[in-house]
Amino acid sequence: MNATEKKPVEKVIESLADAGSVFIIGCTGCPVGCDVGGQPWIDEMTGALTAAGKKITGSCLIELLCNKALVGFKLSRKAEQILAADAVLVGSCGVGVQAVGNMVARRAVPGLDTTCLGDYQGLWPGSERCGQCGNCVLAYTGGLCPITLCAKSLVNGQCGGTCDDGSCEVSPEHPCGWKLIYDRLKELNRLDDMRRMIDPRDSRKLAIPDAIRRTMRYALEVDEQEAAATKEAH
Amino acid sequence: MSQLQRQLASGAFVVTGEIGPPKGINVGPCLHEAEQYLKGRVAAVNVTDIQTAVMRLGSMAVCHMLIDLGIEPVFQMVCRDRNRLALQSDLLSAAALGIENVLSLTGDHVVMGDHQDAKPVYDLDSVSLLQAMCALEAGTDMGLDTKGNPNKLDGVPKFFKGCCTTPGSPTPEAQVIKLEKKAAAGAQFVQTQAVYDPKTFETFMKSIRHIKIPVMVGIVLLKSAPMAKYMNRSVPGVVVPDEIIQRLADSAKEDRQKVSTDIAGELIRQMKPMCQGAHLMTLGWDHCVPDIIEKAELS
Ligand code: SF4
Ligand code: SF4
Repeated sequence: MNATEKKPVEKVIESLADAGSVFIIGCTGCPVGCDVGGQPWIDEMTGALTAAGKKITGSCLIELLCNKALVGFKLSRKAEQILAADAVLVGSCGVGVQAVGNMVARRAVPGLDTTCLGDYQGLWPGSERCGQCGNCVLAYTGGLCPITLCAKSLVNGQCGGTCDDGSCEVSPEHPCGWKLIYDRLKELNRLDDMRRMIDPRDSRKLAIPDAIRRTMRYALEVDEQEAAATKEAH
Repeated sequence: MSQLQRQLASGAFVVTGEIGPPKGINVGPCLHEAEQYLKGRVAAVNVTDIQTAVMRLGSMAVCHMLIDLGIEPVFQMVCRDRNRLALQSDLLSAAALGIENVLSLTGDHVVMGDHQDAKPVYDLDSVSLLQAMCALEAGTDMGLDTKGNPNKLDGVPKFFKGCCTTPGSPTPEAQVIKLEKKAAAGAQFVQTQAVYDPKTFETFMKSIRHIKIPVMVGIVLLKSAPMAKYMNRSVPGVVVPDEIIQRLADSAKEDRQKVSTDIAGELIRQMKPMCQGAHLMTLGWDHCVPDIIEKAELS
């Protein structure tokens, strides 16, 4: 799930300063799971933007804004209302906002902030997180990810910031990731794993490869392009 | 070879001091303190690197100014603010300016400081920064050329490489393992986080007997009972025993400084047989250093 939170209303209004009319799209996937999206959010935005003097040309809910076929299908039926607006306000993660922006001939403005640490987490609902570092060290850390559990993403062990209650210097609410790893390895009788020297990360692996950008949501698009190319060749 | 390295190698009990650069360019007061109270009394003076993530004048500039005053610096380097290009470049710059002693630190997180919205870097950690120093000393850097060979340096630096450890950590064994890695990565000396309990320190020193590098015990001068309580509450891995807090609380205001230096002197006397030196962090009270050294019976 992609974690999202509401952008402050004044920030949303500020980003729509030069738009007299707005079409609103809400995603009922992750944002609803995070309690920040869906119809209640659309209603709230409709009220706030109307009060700010803007005309709402229409709105719609889409089950998953990361599902391209669904987005295209639903938006085409609202084309008139969308084109009557100066901008489209989207209540979804950053992927959904970009998807809408690519699909309609209007500026797409985010209504939510995507806060998920470490990118898309599939459908996994637990606290385990992967920062997609490209050099997985879970084998040496008792299966706990130091990239997402340690506030500094340290790979060679604990810094001096572990507090007596096991929290990290950054916040009493943040458990020290390396204390968790230490405790786990001790329990597994595998403390030697912590002695292993881990190389600094390869930052190139954090960039999203162009080949991957064109999978999943874009699969359809590639098919379309290929179909068009084949047609042309004939 | 730096004076610090020579003195530690001679087996003498070595004392180092510490100054923090100002927030601004008014370097006069900190240089004055170093010249007046530390010069000739300590083997070297640490210069902190954007300590507790509060933006200030840089460590390297002040280290260079200390050299001009005839004071040997220890250049502290944290991994929080620079990626590996900048860290290696600054190591070369430091060496070119005559700085030899370098202390490798992780660095407090940016949320501890006064620019909480800054990007924390941590491209390297305190272990891989030591490895980077070793690579530079071997005439190469961390990068590879197009054939996959390490890049060659034109002019090779030499460092005396230090690191830190936290004897009072709630997970001392994890600290020992990390110290083993730092030693394997080339660390040649250790300055510890502040220690106020000789018993804890003794246990810790026993647990690192197999790590053969000199250890200097860290002492942060306790200026008052509230400060001691603050350290207990807010500085991870630092434990000030109740007796010490009580002694500070019981002392009259005009005796406070004397009691502070008494405590520091006594602690050093007690821990001297267990280690190779003491690192004094006086937090602006550098004028107390001569007193502490005398009370520790080191002069
Ligand atoms: S170590 Fe890297 S790849 Fe493995 S779980 Fe953590 S971030 Fe993901
Ligand atoms: S205290 Fe623990 S979690 Fe926090 S930065 Fe240090 S090692 Fe990482």
